[in-house]
Amino acid sequence: MHIDWAALGSVFGVSLGATVALVAVFTLGIVGLSHRERATAQGDSAPLALTGAYACFAACAAAVAYGIYLIVA
Amino acid sequence: MENFSLILAIVVITALAFDFTNGFHDTANAMATTISTGALKPKVAVAMSATLNLVGAFLSVEVANTISKGLVDESGIRPEVIFAALVGAILWNLVTWLVGLPSSSSHALMGGLIGATIASAGTGAVHGDVLVTKVLLPAIAAPIVAGLAAMLATRFSYALSRNAEGKAADKGFRVGQIASAGLVSLAHGTNDAQKTMGIITLALIAGGSIAPDSDPPTWVILSAGLAIAMGTYIGGWRIIRTMGKGLTDLRPQQGFAAQTSAAAVILASSHIGFSLSTTHAVSGSVMGAGLGRKGGVVRWSTATRMFVAWGLTLPAAALVGALAESVTDLGDWGTALVAVFLVASSAGIWLLSRRQVVDASNVNEIDEPAGVITTAIAAVTPPPPSVALSEGLTATILSPPVNPAPVVKSDPATPPAAAV
Repeated sequence: MHIDWAALGSVFGVSLGATVALVAVFTLGIVGLSHRERATAQGDSAPLALTGAYACFAACAAAVAYGIYLIVA
Repeated sequence: MENFSLILAIVVITALAFDFTNGFHDTANAMATTISTGALKPKVAVAMSATLNLVGAFLSVEVANTISKGLVDESGIRPEVIFAALVGAILWNLVTWLVGLPSSSSHALMGGLIGATIASAGTGAVHGDVLVTKVLLPAIAAPIVAGLAAMLATRFSYALSRNAEGKAADKGFRVGQIASAGLVSLAHGTNDAQKTMGIITLALIAGGSIAPDSDPPTWVILSAGLAIAMGTYIGGWRIIRTMGKGLTDLRPQQGFAAQTSAAAVILASSHIGFSLSTTHAVSGSVMGAGLGRKGGVVRWSTATRMFVAWGLTLPAAALVGALAESVTDLGDWGTALVAVFLVASSAGIWLLSRRQVVDASNVNEIDEPAGVITTAIAAVTPPPPSVALSEGLTATILSPPVNPAPVVKSDPATPPAAAV
């Protein structure tokens, strides 16, 4: 019986890495947004937090686009 | 379409019926968590999933080709065998839907094929080691991989966002969840609609209607895509309820982690070539996300019932497939008998399901039978002023449904399964 442990292992590694990375980046974006929300509530502005948040979301959007590319290819 | 015999027509219709059950069985995979966390209203969620499934069906024919070209010896397979296999798969899908358990439609189809092949050509025609590497191992690996990824991602996400509260955070996670659920739907369309295309193409080749090694004809692609999309839109609400609410309680942040993990596992596995079942991956990631939050629980009794259903899927579908094949072997009247049996038992299962209806209006409630009171509560409850506020209510059983709004416009009495 031939079990492709290498393929199984890389599925495991890639899934784990991609999930944790994506969720972490997205969460950072959310943290940035809610930081700005609080700042706005106090009358401040938080341009850095907002820029960081948008950068995080752009990275996530790129990951989704790559996902769609994988589905189509 | 020369040579289009009656049996071929029956096989094509049965294959489309299987595709339909496949659709409503697997709506839960993409949309259960989206519905249970309130990121999307139930009807909107299934409509989105159905659309993406349809789009996905047109994206490629690669999976269909692996089924119709070379996997089975085309000269040795008769349309009756495929018919018997589909009967086994459809009945198992309907039974698991009735009891509200997510199970792999691909395993049901494989089981039906194996059973029908054994009945037709003997046990020698099935390779035991292929069974282990293609069926058994993935079924164990998928929930573990997806579950671990979802659990770690949830932990990490909660640790990072300790001081991210409020409207922006809540809304953000809902949007993220919708995006990853959309990705799962699209991947599902390309995978599962194509399985049916492959089966129909195989039957057409076996019946001599089209030449061997042909690509699926356009009408096959179109009808398979439409069948799975319709099934998805009808929605397997019983399974959605189990997956979204029965296994664990999810918040948007966990739902996002779960759906992202499922999407990553499905895409990685189909791309690297160790194919894993969507259902298994999503169930695992939902449980993992449930465990990842502090104080989160997994209802192991429900999970155990689900695992048992996974174990039974292949043998049960194989048994029905084998029985169906032995009856079709008796002649044309045998095939007719099996067809009548399929229609009658599907109707019977549907009638049984009407005793306790689960639909878009009560999909987010558990342990509360749908009845006059539920409908009354749903009817008098105004739409929540802010979806975010309803989150704290999910823990109490007697709370009104999180999403009562769709009840107002959708009549719960509409017979959804009329198309079966």
